Amino acid sequence: MLLINCPYCEETLPEAEFVYAGEAHVLRAETPSELSDQDWAEFLFIRQNVKGVHFERWRHFHGCARFFNAARDTVSDKFLITYKAGEPRPNLTELAGDAT
Amino acid sequence: MTTYRVAGKGRVDTGQPVTFTFDGKRFEGCAGDTVASALLANGVHLMGRSFKYHRPRGPVTAGSEEPNALIGTRRGAGQFEPNTRATVQEIWDGLETTSQNKFPNLKFDIGAINDFAYMLFSAGFYYKTFMWPKNFWHKVYEPFIRKAAGLGVSPTEEDPDTYASRNLHCDVLIVGAGPTGLAAARAAAVGGVNVVLIDENVECGGTLLSKPNAEINGMPSWDWLAAELVSLRSLGVKIMTRTTAIGYYHQNMIGMVEKLTDHLSDLPKDTPRERMWHVRAKQVILAQGALEKPLVFHGNDRPGVMLAGSAQTYLNRYGVLVGKRPVIITSHDSAWDAAFDLADAGADVRAIVDTRETVDEELQSQARMRGIGMKLSHTVTATSGRLRVSSIRVNPIDDGKAGDGLIIPCDALLMSGGWTPSLHLFSHTKGSLTWNEDQTTFLPKDTPEDCTIAGASRGLWGIENVLIDGASAGVKVAMALGKESQTRQHKVTHDRIGSGVSQIELPTDKSSGKAKAFVDFQNDVTAKDLRLAVREGMRSIEHVKRYTTNGMATDQGKMSNINGLNIAADALNKPQPQVGLTTFRPPYTPTTFGAFAGYHRGDHFEITRKTQIDSWAQENGAVFEPVGQWRRARYFPKRGEDMDTAVGRECRTTRAHVGIFDASTLGKIEVVGPDAVEFMNRMYTNPWTKLAAGRCRYGLLLGDDGFIRDDGVIGRMSQDCFHVTTTTGGAARVMNMMEDYLQTEWPDLDVWLTSTTENWSTIALNGPKAAKLLAPLVDGVELTEDAFPHMSCAECTVAGMPARLFRVSFTGEIGFEINVPAPMGRKLWETLWQAGQEHGITAYGTETMHVLRAEKGYIIVGQDTDGTVTPYDAGMGWAVAKTKKDFVGMRGLMRPDLVASNRRHLVGLLTEDGTKLEEGAQIVFDPHQAIPMTMVGHVTSSYHSDAMGRPIALALVECGQNRMGETVYIPMPDRTIAAKITSTVFFDPSNSRVKIPSGEML
Ligand SMILES: [Zn+2]
Repeated sequence: MLLINCPYCEETLPEAEFVYAGEAHVLRAETPSELSDQDWAEFLFIRQNVKGVHFERWRHFHGCARFFNAARDTVSDKFLITYKAGEPRPNLTELAGDAT
Repeated sequence: MTTYRVAGKGRVDTGQPVTFTFDGKRFEGCAGDTVASALLANGVHLMGRSFKYHRPRGPVTAGSEEPNALIGTRRGAGQFEPNTRATVQEIWDGLETTSQNKFPNLKFDIGAINDFAYMLFSAGFYYKTFMWPKNFWHKVYEPFIRKAAGLGVSPTEEDPDTYASRNLHCDVLIVGAGPTGLAAARAAAVGGVNVVLIDENVECGGTLLSKPNAEINGMPSWDWLAAELVSLRSLGVKIMTRTTAIGYYHQNMIGMVEKLTDHLSDLPKDTPRERMWHVRAKQVILAQGALEKPLVFHGNDRPGVMLAGSAQTYLNRYGVLVGKRPVIITSHDSAWDAAFDLADAGADVRAIVDTRETVDEELQSQARMRGIGMKLSHTVTATSGRLRVSSIRVNPIDDGKAGDGLIIPCDALLMSGGWTPSLHLFSHTKGSLTWNEDQTTFLPKDTPEDCTIAGASRGLWGIENVLIDGASAGVKVAMALGKESQTRQHKVTHDRIGSGVSQIELPTDKSSGKAKAFVDFQNDVTAKDLRLAVREGMRSIEHVKRYTTNGMATDQGKMSNINGLNIAADALNKPQPQVGLTTFRPPYTPTTFGAFAGYHRGDHFEITRKTQIDSWAQENGAVFEPVGQWRRARYFPKRGEDMDTAVGRECRTTRAHVGIFDASTLGKIEVVGPDAVEFMNRMYTNPWTKLAAGRCRYGLLLGDDGFIRDDGVIGRMSQDCFHVTTTTGGAARVMNMMEDYLQTEWPDLDVWLTSTTENWSTIALNGPKAAKLLAPLVDGVELTEDAFPHMSCAECTVAGMPARLFRVSFTGEIGFEINVPAPMGRKLWETLWQAGQEHGITAYGTETMHVLRAEKGYIIVGQDTDGTVTPYDAGMGWAVAKTKKDFVGMRGLMRPDLVASNRRHLVGLLTEDGTKLEEGAQIVFDPHQAIPMTMVGHVTSSYHSDAMGRPIALALVECGQNRMGETVYIPMPDRTIAAKITSTVFFDPSNSRVKIPSGEML
């Protein structure tokens, strides 16, 4: 069971309190009807499925109920960082530096 | 009758006899014995039959890795457990044990005929033998496989024991309390960190329990052990025995099972049988030691053939000689040590057979001193003896080949192929391994966890070496936790370190096709099977494993993995790392379902949500059905009524008079705030801006892909407050979806969402007399068509209770939904029930609700839709706003495949012969086409309609809305049913019945 730091509660808590919510930074356009079929299909269906550092969303469901973002290494399953929804994607090379 | 017990040896209490039974026969052992040690003390080696060939088998080990001696243990009704390892089960007065895989009895077994059909059961037999002919499957193969499959017999009665679970947080968890773990615990605890030390055995000590002759820092090892445990306890170390670490999970979470009562004759009250520990440790030290490797030769599975180290354990720990005339076969020094211990305890060791040409001169001189004959550069090519080894055949090895054989009579054969580090938990961490050519084994390398592996687990041998290594692991973790510590000096005398060589199959003069040289004892896999798998094209050890089932039994290949790998690598002529090691998976040893289930059984398995009105339904004879976690009344049968009769009556009475229905399970979400209407506009397909306070609207919720997700009536209670209802099963999902969009897409909107499902009790009243019944009870609203028309909502009081009243209908009749604070639900229900008596009221359940809504063509999301249905498919384009800039699903509805011309539409179906269709039945246009037919849809809902006097159905049919009046066909196993496509609205298409007649006096 993972330990996850909720950036809103500022506490590291067991995975059982959280639910996974898919890839992060998949932006829904302000006016989706202006998008081409191709762009809309990308938004709906195309995901990275990376082996390595993955940016993803979690929800502190049985806690503050907030959605937030995380960078997790899908190989080691280690969280590199969690951060609030709306904050920019952290710099990967800096994260890698921190991890070693 | 205890003829194999050695006076003055072992740690069992010979002054405390214990009686138990094995296959109905009484045996006596001593307190401290396992079933295996007690039976061996009685001269019994035969303890079971093997899985595939039903070959007679005895214990090959003295620990949890035992593949052969699996027994059933029984305490009383429901307290039976199959596949218990006799080598770890402690005996207690009255314990009943039975052998497995035997018929009619252990000594004469009919299934052993499989043994003669050896050729049939070779590698891949699961895949090959049962392939042909096809019609043999049902009658021959399947019954045979079912009978043969599985080890032991499942218990048939409910388990009366209780199982507990607990959490534990600590600085350091040390797995294994042998010399490594003890030294690590000491070093860590001295540093001032909080330490938990666990061991799966009854007592701590590990290998020290089998090595009483060693001296540590001048003390006999057992004295040192006792003193060490006292000082560990005084340092605050929590020591847990009979506790197995079954799995190593993310971020240093370890699952442990503690056995609390399996060794007790009298069960203490209120004590669970087992306790599952969820441990979160800052640092973990793995000190699981090493397992001895069997040798692979013809007849190596005969009872009496055992690992040399295990024989040493039986002697030193249990005071049992496993044989009085043993022979040793080894490729490693450690077996010599075992031979000397047995000889010193009075055994007549007939010979030490060693495959090596040269052996340490010191060992040879010790053997000579004891008068033990030595056969270096020799092999064992066969064993004899019906139910126990009585002689072996020994041959000289010349240039890798076996020469002429010589028979040596014996009553036990003790083997050693060297030692394999225990890497199971380390592998659970995704730890990487590295091949060590010198030791011919994998050793641990890196792990992503805060985990240190020490001692024999990382290939270090000898008590002194592992004490030093354990201590430095303890210091290391203490320092990692910010504490200082120091290693102590450890000096061990009589520490026999030893070395050896690794063997594949022993050289033999027997033709390789006939040799039954077992690698996996539990799954009956031989060296020949592994080589055959390679010949038949298996290249990776993962394929070889699955093809042969090597390492796939309950012992998870603890004995067989490395031998299997070495043989496969040899057959492939590749180095072992290129063939690979199979993955170790939790649990480390077989674990009871009870330990996993813990408290989650019976009523605690899953919660049952009940409404406030549930108790009334119960008292009034309702038949219930589960809907998600809810328990809902399905129908209310009167005496002698079956479901169809009851539902027919409930439908009829509701349409003729009035029906009362518990709708409390409907999901409810309060959407509040200055931007509430904007939020509703963005979430739901419908327009909300112009909906006046006090009015309701049917809302349709899509996903961004354009497909229907949920629906429900939504009331605007005031300008900035919407009372949203959702489907019963969709409530949590809709709430999550709304929160997702609000928090992450539109955080600028000033809106609050609150789940209010359980705040309200909701009662639906439907029928021509609903208004008449309700009006006298309502204060604050006049229930006329003009003052409170269909699709109105209001806050008012009903029978003196504060209420949110909705004028809505899911039946096509005049309908109300009355929401009152949840605890008042039953009181309101009883008030309405009482007031309804003069109107001929009926209570109805979910079944009648379904029929009445289907008669009106109202959909149930998740039944008439399946996640691929758009509002247009469902004939509900009217619910989609045409002028909004955006809503969830709007862009999705424009996707090319959602506007394609061949979509399936929701339609009504009426069968021509009046048959009631089966829900889920597939539909075709042409019943005469060739099979497989082109399916064009399926039946989504089907009921007998009392109002229509015939069955009705809803269905998704390709282009159905353009095919009104056409006939489609539903092929069933016995016949094909023809049905006509109709509108989804079967009853009162003009909706005349929802109106309260203007002349009606209230
Ligand atoms: Zn939180």
